[in-house]
Amino acid sequence: MANLSSNLLLIAFILYLVAIPFFGGAIRQKKGLAEEKKSFDKWAKIGIVITIIGFIAQLGFFITRWIVAGHAPLSNLFEYTTFFGMCLVASFILIYFIYKTSILGMFVLPIALLIIAYASMFPREISPLIPALQSHWLQIHVSTVALGEAILAVSFGAALIYLVKAIDHTKRSKSTFWLEVIMYSIVSVVGFIAVTSTFAITDYKASYSYIDKNGSENQIEYSMPAVIGPNEWKVIEDGTFEPWVQVPGIINAKKLNTVVWSLVVGLGLYVLIRLILRKRIGAALQPLTKNIKLDLVDEISYRSVLIGFPVFTLGGLVFAMIWAQIAWTRFWGWDPKEVWALITWLFYAAFLHLRLAKGWHGEKSAWLAVIGFAIIMFNLIAVNLVIAGLHSYAG
Amino acid sequence: MKEVKCECGHVNPHGTVLCESCGLTLIEEKAQGKLHDMRYEGSARRSQTYNKTIVDKIWNFFSSVKVGVWLIVITLIASALGTIFPQEMYIPTIMTAAEYYEDQYGWLGKLYYDLGFHNLYSSWWYLVLIASIGVSLVICSIDRVVPLYRALKKQRVTRHESFLKRQRLFTTSASENIDASFEKAKENLAMKRYKIREEDGNILAEKGRFSRWGPYVNHCGLIIFLLGGILRFVPGMYIDDMLWIREGETKVIPETNGEYYLENKEFTLEVYDKEKDNEAFSDAIENAGMVPKNFQSDVILYKKADDSLPGEEAKLEQIKEYNIRVNEPLKFDGYALYQTEYRLGELSTMTFTMINKKSKEEFGELTIELNDPQTKYDLGDGYSVEVMSYFPDFEFNESGEPTTKSRIPNNPAFVFKMFSPEKPEGEISFVAIQQNLEPFGDNEYQLRFSGIETNDVTGLTVRKDLTLWLFALGGFIFMIGVAQGSYWNHRRIWLRRNNDEIWVAAHTNKNWHGLKREISTILEGTGIDEPLDQLQEKENQDSEIKNRNHE
Ligand code: HEM
Repeated sequence: MANLSSNLLLIAFILYLVAIPFFGGAIRQKKGLAEEKKSFDKWAKIGIVITIIGFIAQLGFFITRWIVAGHAPLSNLFEYTTFFGMCLVASFILIYFIYKTSILGMFVLPIALLIIAYASMFPREISPLIPALQSHWLQIHVSTVALGEAILAVSFGAALIYLVKAIDHTKRSKSTFWLEVIMYSIVSVVGFIAVTSTFAITDYKASYSYIDKNGSENQIEYSMPAVIGPNEWKVIEDGTFEPWVQVPGIINAKKLNTVVWSLVVGLGLYVLIRLILRKRIGAALQPLTKNIKLDLVDEISYRSVLIGFPVFTLGGLVFAMIWAQIAWTRFWGWDPKEVWALITWLFYAAFLHLRLAKGWHGEKSAWLAVIGFAIIMFNLIAVNLVIAGLHSYAG
Repeated sequence: MKEVKCECGHVNPHGTVLCESCGLTLIEEKAQGKLHDMRYEGSARRSQTYNKTIVDKIWNFFSSVKVGVWLIVITLIASALGTIFPQEMYIPTIMTAAEYYEDQYGWLGKLYYDLGFHNLYSSWWYLVLIASIGVSLVICSIDRVVPLYRALKKQRVTRHESFLKRQRLFTTSASENIDASFEKAKENLAMKRYKIREEDGNILAEKGRFSRWGPYVNHCGLIIFLLGGILRFVPGMYIDDMLWIREGETKVIPETNGEYYLENKEFTLEVYDKEKDNEAFSDAIENAGMVPKNFQSDVILYKKADDSLPGEEAKLEQIKEYNIRVNEPLKFDGYALYQTEYRLGELSTMTFTMINKKSKEEFGELTIELNDPQTKYDLGDGYSVEVMSYFPDFEFNESGEPTTKSRIPNNPAFVFKMFSPEKPEGEISFVAIQQNLEPFGDNEYQLRFSGIETNDVTGLTVRKDLTLWLFALGGFIFMIGVAQGSYWNHRRIWLRRNNDEIWVAAHTNKNWHGLKREISTILEGTGIDEPLDQLQEKENQDSEIKNRNHE
């Protein structure tokens, strides 16, 4: 059963991957050729059907894992993040049926794929629940948060389409620069996945002894070559890779090393892509957005925020507070994860006010949607891995 | 104040931009442009009308959305700063906070501490920020809700031509049979569940007006939530205490005025077992080592009987037996007891045997309850031991004298006086774990350590919070308001006869795309043209001009 479960996730992953080019095919319609339009509608239809089958497979993964574990698989970083990816696909399907925009598939599905692949880099074993997590509120709270954040993430997808289309790519500007920063960040996630899986396949291990932040000697095992070494490192076995740089004890050298690897490999990939495309990635993507109306993507982006904001509030604040009251005796404790949920919420509140009262729409609103997504990702990645608190799933 | 009478006869409050009734422009300079700003229906808002006195200025400051957004953004940034390093309440208490931040995080940590960021969320300026948001919420809502309510209530069906023309969705179309077109449109509007009002043969179709109140409802919820935070400061509303009880012990529960007592029958810590628990967990347990499964205190709650006399030991009535676990607090009479901490294997008794140092002959045993030692232990036959001093958590202080760090028997030490028939005046000895000192080195007798017993101690958080209902109410109202404003929108469609033309205009507060799609089905088969999006046309023109300039 546990095997079946992982296979279903793999199947879902492949199906999402297969669906993307169909949405691409649906976009390449030429104006005025009604005949051709019909055939391209067919592409989109195939694309959405494949996506839905993929979604069902992932649902199967979720349910079988639930049965095996005896509790909803939402209790560690791998489980939460894959669930987030699944919610993103569900939100996409929902929005697709409201607005019938196949291009959204070209942008949102790859993001969902990356998220699921990213999740798979974390320990995948089924873990038992510690006492604090043994509550139905775990499932209620975490699933609602993930759904809310996923709907908000769709607004990022739409915003990205808006920016790719609206920005003038013929000359360098702040906008083209920041758009490339987004593209590079996405490529870096690919870099992270590539590095992690490569060294996992080759089973790379290297151990060092070092002096930890409390001044005592300790050992650490790296699973990729240690460019960044820990404080006063010493190799344990001769012939181990020798770090180039060392960092003070309060910095987690192993995680920093992973980040550096991802960014460097990401940069390599980015440069490679640029060399192949011979233009900015944003500019290269622009033709895909040829047939979509700007005000429509703007509206999709805004509506996703509007639909997602109450869901996020319910899951990330209301349910979170109810559970915290029961499990930790107080509904609010200024734990970093809580604070970042508050920040996310405040940010989207500001977004809605700017939009409604200050008339910020179009490009400004798209940039805000990008920042909002960055905050969500920060909360998911950095707060879990770097700023440890009560919520830290993966210590 | 001067009221303004419109040419349609309606009397508007001073400051009204668009007549509440017919929509005619009353203040020309505020209603310029090709399209009307319809956000508050051109109603008379105090903040837009007066700006003379200090009260006006404060009112206008807090009612501005720009200010509101700035407050939100500043709060957001401040909150983020508070997560760079852990807050004071999360750091270990091994040293003072000032030392800890510098020791752990260097000069940055020191700066963090000096700026007060270690206690950011209870700092005065953070509270001022939150309070300003509260004030702003109250003022901005009052500033808008009343005029908006008036404008929507007084609106009439027939709108002025200038009003219709300056709606974002607008068009005119010629029609041979206006009556038939209108009939068909009405039918379709009813199908889409519009409320239809008619006047002079013109139509106003409206739906979802209640969604306009969403923001005000949700702001009300937020205000109530913030009031809950203020109520916290009222004494007695909020209790946060800790109760440590050993197994077998009964203790009064703090903050209950001596009314309630709790007995700890047993504390249990369970960990997951690779063999016995779900085998799917075995890898995870292997990797993690020990994974806790359950923290549980089996307790009995007692209430002091009414006829207990002061000074006497309380008579206790059993109220309830309960197993307190994480996520399953014991609740009674507004209080809740939570399983939050524990200490395993705390020393509870120590046993010594009195022996003759030379002959090793034994003269009886004494068992000392470490939490409640007696002063004298009689061993019979003229042998006895007196406890002269007791240090539950022994250490030598700076001047080399024995002291105790705490009242918890982590490292017990005693000064004993041993009496025997040979030494009736007693011999003194100092006994600690692994130590046995004699002041003069010439004792005949010795207390030999012969055993310990340990005990588990549970730590329960005692909580009473009489403000929770306010927070819950505020949260609930917020959710209603935010759903109301997000999942519904306010749509209006005006159909007006102008000689042999039909004028169509439409407005929504959000989701224009949805409105356009709806209008297109409503106007199907009526012979009326779909209204054009004048805003989009303008934008298209603008971008065309921009493009042309490029070429
Ligand atoms: C954390 C604080 C706040 C939250 C969560 C919040 C939430 C909201 C939400 C969800 C909406 C509806 C937006 C939409 O439907 O697009 C809204 C509207 C609004 N908010 Fe707030 N708000 C907050 C603070 C403020 C403050 C401080 C002001 C003060 C200026 C303010 C003024 C307004 C106004 C004027 C509207 C629009 C009402 C309308 O156009 O009918 N809000 N707020």
